[in-house]
Amino acid sequence: MAGEFGNPEVVQEEVDILMIGGGMACCGAAYEIMPWAQKAKEEHGIDLKIKLVDKAAMDRSGAVAQGLSAINTYIGSEQDPADYARMVSNDLMGLTRDDLAYDLGRVVDESVHLFEEWGLPIWKTDENGERFDGSKGMTSLKDGGKPVRSGKWQIMINGESYKWIVAEAAKKSLGIDRIEERIFIVKLINDKNDPSRIAGAVGFSTRDHKIVVYKAKAILLAAGGCVNIFRPRSVGEGQGRAWYPVWNAGSTYSMAAEAGAELTMMENRFVPTRFKDGYGPVGAWFLLFKSKATNAFGEVYMDRNKEMLNDYPPYGQAAVPASCLRNHLMLKEMKEGRGPIWMDTVTALANLRETLSPREVKHLEAEAWEDFLDMCIGQCGIWVGENIEPEKKNSELMPTEPYLLGSHSGCCGIWTSGPTDVGAPTTEEHDEADKVPGHLPSGWNWGYRGMTTVSGLFTAGDGVGASGHKFSSGSHAEGRMAAKSMVKYCIDNQDFSPELDTDIDTLVDAIYQPVRTFLEFKDYSTAIDINPNYITPKMLQFRLQKIMDEYVAGCATYYNTNAEMLRVAGEKMDMLKEDAEKMRAKDLHELLRAWENYHRILTAEAHMKHIEFREESRYPGFYYRMDKNFVDEENWHCFVNSIYSKETQKWTCFKRAHVDIVDKAKLFK
Amino acid sequence: MPTFVRTEKCDGCKGQDKTACMYICPHDLMKLDKDGSETGHAMKSYNQEPEQCWECYSCVKICPQNAIEARHYADVVPLGGSVQPLRGSDSIMWTIKFRNGTLKRFKFPIRTTPEGSIDCYGGKAEADLANIEKVGFFNHKEQNGFREGDPSELIRK
Repeated sequence: MAGEFGNPEVVQEEVDILMIGGGMACCGAAYEIMPWAQKAKEEHGIDLKIKLVDKAAMDRSGAVAQGLSAINTYIGSEQDPADYARMVSNDLMGLTRDDLAYDLGRVVDESVHLFEEWGLPIWKTDENGERFDGSKGMTSLKDGGKPVRSGKWQIMINGESYKWIVAEAAKKSLGIDRIEERIFIVKLINDKNDPSRIAGAVGFSTRDHKIVVYKAKAILLAAGGCVNIFRPRSVGEGQGRAWYPVWNAGSTYSMAAEAGAELTMMENRFVPTRFKDGYGPVGAWFLLFKSKATNAFGEVYMDRNKEMLNDYPPYGQAAVPASCLRNHLMLKEMKEGRGPIWMDTVTALANLRETLSPREVKHLEAEAWEDFLDMCIGQCGIWVGENIEPEKKNSELMPTEPYLLGSHSGCCGIWTSGPTDVGAPTTEEHDEADKVPGHLPSGWNWGYRGMTTVSGLFTAGDGVGASGHKFSSGSHAEGRMAAKSMVKYCIDNQDFSPELDTDIDTLVDAIYQPVRTFLEFKDYSTAIDINPNYITPKMLQFRLQKIMDEYVAGCATYYNTNAEMLRVAGEKMDMLKEDAEKMRAKDLHELLRAWENYHRILTAEAHMKHIEFREESRYPGFYYRMDKNFVDEENWHCFVNSIYSKETQKWTCFKRAHVDIVDKAKLFK
Repeated sequence: MPTFVRTEKCDGCKGQDKTACMYICPHDLMKLDKDGSETGHAMKSYNQEPEQCWECYSCVKICPQNAIEARHYADVVPLGGSVQPLRGSDSIMWTIKFRNGTLKRFKFPIRTTPEGSIDCYGGKAEADLANIEKVGFFNHKEQNGFREGDPSELIRK
């Protein structure tokens, strides 16, 4: 029977493997899983039932929906995975898992080469060093073609249809009958007989009045990072113009936390410096076009303030200082009144004209525009509205509002089992090891690559914490790793029959509560949005953003906070969590927003608790604990991890030891 | 910069099983106003939450009527410019109009193979369960992208 608003149809389904998300990570998993599933059937007689659900449409879902102008993780034949692991570590102030980065560095190019086989145009250079777009039929990367490096790790692409292409492969691999779009999963469910195990997930359709309840042995949770927990710099129509995709609502972190998974480095954030207001990418401008960023007086702040890098040894002293420190040097100019910060596009393009061939000069302007049009069309909107032609007029740069993510230049996420063949620790050895809750694993690998500390729950992409700099290609590769592991997990756990720890009526009531609240109280007042019995998801989001911006080191305080501000924020957050139970949903669209914002609140709270626990300022330029405004290598060169109790609604933070698996000294020679 | 739908061009994707813009929007913003009760324009779509628009242009690019455009976000951008694509099967054409009237046109490749032509597993080896716990994918090294790494770099092994 078809459901109706307030009285949804409940659809139950039992699968072996459920994939939540449709971005690069789940597309990678979808591609990789079928050949292994085929073998599980042939050799073990196990016919795995596999399903992928996406809250949007796979052709344009996830962070690559709009396209990209570069693939930011391509190792190439000339670099070693160890070099990659070192770069990741230094950019994230020394606190990443080398095992995860190294492992990814070994295999990521396998995915990039597939993208090219599938039809992604990748720029090439010829023997004279002249560059060509990806449509010219030049030798493929697989066969030794030379990419256009816009940085040590980045290669340029014509990537408008990047996601479309990757999704086509994923959809074809899985088959349409294994995919359901417009399904938003809002909660994971643990096993009734073993709370440390995953047993299923629940969500709803944003198109039909339908609640879905899945039982699954293994789940891949890869639903992106978290955007819009801080008040954005643009608060009107422009608030949708977030740097990272506005639909990334922290679902990965919050659902994992509620299921009991151990999170890591949730204090980490990314505050990208981007073209002001449109948030267009700066990578190609800095690295390919060799542009400089200056203060109002034309002074290059990275030169002017370079001594400040010495305050943060060794991370400031690498050939490429950590991203946060580059912000730190820029913020000094802004705070001391020498803004605005300019990207000197005029000089950069004039210089290039002198060195390039006539054909390349002709293409230079198109390349500059394509850089935005392939991935951030909104920046072109700023340029046309303000009459900015980059060869004639410079553009402003600005550090954005903070973002939480694990695949780009950030490393928050879920504590994830790594590879067993790279020398990662298998024990937990440090002074506070006894404070790690006893049920959690020791060491960095516990059976299945990509599995969280909840048995059967896997993650990839933005979900995997303490790594970072994986970007689109790395997320795809990480999804593939998880796919293999999930098949292995299902082979090893053939006899396991998941049982949900919560009855279905309770789950349905919880999911549809915002709808029922609306229907119960909507006639109490004459104005639909002003009613003391409920709060709209939009207002709840504004409240969250105000708290985070003003107390938890948002733009409003130049990214400053302290223990007392965090304490005040905690009080306000507790009441916000209580009020989240009074969110209303006047339609399915608003029900989507209600649950997205519930996920945002938990993610924001994790961020706050971790910053409070880490008594130092690990990421100067991203945030400052002004009461602990230093990097304390002696006491805090460690991971901060946490678990959440959905019963008590409390977080428990603790330390995990950091260990080098590759030698970092090579960064500073 | 929210997208908007041109009244005289949108036909509500009549004759198709679903509206293209509703199908594609990653943030669930586009909505078909079936009876006109929400916009006064029956059987036409609209952006129901413009301040949540990422400007990803997915709806603009997919609309079969070319009925969707973007008005750059009014709280930030001066009026008068426009950035409009026409996406084909192998390339995309952009028409860029500045506030001062300057016009630019660009064409970029988007794909080197026909849409729908991907052969996922053709010519690739089958998976080997003996390798399921080892590094590498089912088609290990088939793409020449595996980077073995110098073993001496792993200082704890």
